Amino acid sequence: MPTIEIAGKQVTVNDEGFMTVYDEWSDEIAKVLAAQVEIELTPRHWEVIHFLRDDFKKEGESSTSRHTQTVGGFPIKEQFELFPKKPAKKMSYIAGLPKPKGCV
Amino acid sequence: MTEGKSMKKLLVLGAGAAGTMVVNKLRKKLPKDAWEITVVDQETEHIYQPGLLLMPFGTYEPEQLIKKRQSFFPKGVNFIQAEIEKVDPTLNKTFFKDGREIGYDYLVIASGTTPRPDQTLGMSDPAIWYKSVFDFYTLAGATALRDALKNFNSGRLVVHITEMPIKCPVAPLEFTFLADAYFEKRGIRDKVEIVFVTPLEGAFTKPVASKHLGMMLNERKISLESDFVIEHIDVEAKTMVSMDEREVAFDLLVTVPLNMGADFIERSGLGNELNYVPVDKRNFLSDAYPNIFVLGDASNIPASKAGSVAHFAVDLFSENFVDYVNGRPMTHNFDGHANCFIESGNGKGLLIDFNYEVEPLTGKFPIPVIGPLALLKESRLNHIGKLAFRWIYWNILLKGRYLPIPALMSMAGKVQVTRKEKERLNANN
Repeated sequence: MPTIEIAGKQVTVNDEGFMTVYDEWSDEIAKVLAAQVEIELTPRHWEVIHFLRDDFKKEGESSTSRHTQTVGGFPIKEQFELFPKKPAKKMSYIAGLPKPKGCV
Repeated sequence: MTEGKSMKKLLVLGAGAAGTMVVNKLRKKLPKDAWEITVVDQETEHIYQPGLLLMPFGTYEPEQLIKKRQSFFPKGVNFIQAEIEKVDPTLNKTFFKDGREIGYDYLVIASGTTPRPDQTLGMSDPAIWYKSVFDFYTLAGATALRDALKNFNSGRLVVHITEMPIKCPVAPLEFTFLADAYFEKRGIRDKVEIVFVTPLEGAFTKPVASKHLGMMLNERKISLESDFVIEHIDVEAKTMVSMDEREVAFDLLVTVPLNMGADFIERSGLGNELNYVPVDKRNFLSDAYPNIFVLGDASNIPASKAGSVAHFAVDLFSENFVDYVNGRPMTHNFDGHANCFIESGNGKGLLIDFNYEVEPLTGKFPIPVIGPLALLKESRLNHIGKLAFRWIYWNILLKGRYLPIPALMSMAGKVQVTRKEKERLNANN
């Protein structure tokens, strides 16, 4: 896995640029990753990100949009408003979590 | 039965592909004087589900796809026809809707997954459902769609996936390829616009297959609308509206509705938000109860919801189960192996073979006698393989007989993707 420098820190990422080490993530890194996908983080964005981080710790895998709606209480429609076009992918990217598994 | 020794009870909920294979495998392995095996289903008819894809194009008549469930159970297995109200895992009991109940020592949940058009606003509206909107994963849907296709002479056909995961994830693409060939054959392909609408980023989930299948859509002049998460259907306007307010109009919509596990799973408090039961993906043991296993489409394992997965899973499970009930560790770990034929129209097909870690790749799939089959590439032999599978399903697979395809995936014949190629594929996404 390659490492890259984000916000002055070395972080491990996969081929698609998703972080692979849970504890390398920080608020500062999240801001940089959000800027990469042209999102400015509001308090509501942070609520979603913190839910995703906590949920990953509990479940051991990235939350799907439906799980984020049902368990986190963030309607899918709102996820699209906050993280346009590809919410599930962008949310995981910014929260430093693996891309959710699109099950085959 | 030995004096003083009570019979152990194994209860299997659901007699579809997974449940039927389980009772066949385990009846051979568990001594009849020590184990009572009971299987429950609300229906007495077993449907060959892979055939439903071909039904709308007139390949099969409904009666070719239906057999009595009971004819696939071995001697020494009890069958109860009943609707399940709920399972109480603390009492080790299952309750039926008619008031009956049955206890168990071990429970296997194999109740599958079902399309739920009622879960998307507007989809099941009687003004459009089975009139201009159809599913093809049910006998009723596939039959109604066959009649609708016959009378469809021009306009916009939209093939749509509501949300992943779905049963047989390649089936919507197959349907699209087959529809293209069907209209071509009728000489009206130029009068029909075909659109494939998916919540995924591309034609399929994994990069190599997505690229190949995406090219096949292109070659057939089928447009792809990706990242489309449906919010509702505007019934009057015959238009799908997405969460980010994109619109796709249709004359004929062939949709894969939201797939959900059985409602009794929810009533029993055993499922996640889609009623799938969380299990250990290596051995299918419930995360919550040490005497409950979940096989086939009913669990949350990150593998295809498909008969081939159920088949490989049951092979390994039946070995594990005997060890488990005798206090030995379970050593036959499942790798997520799936093996699927993909119909591509005009008497050709593709084959994909993959698991939890390895995505579908190109190359050759070795198989005894018949010879190697081409992976991720159209061939006549793959199509014949798909058709031959109906016989194999009824006569070998369901009865738990030996089939020369290993339960665990092998890399033999597969062409591996270099790191550079991987980065290029990802950049294109």
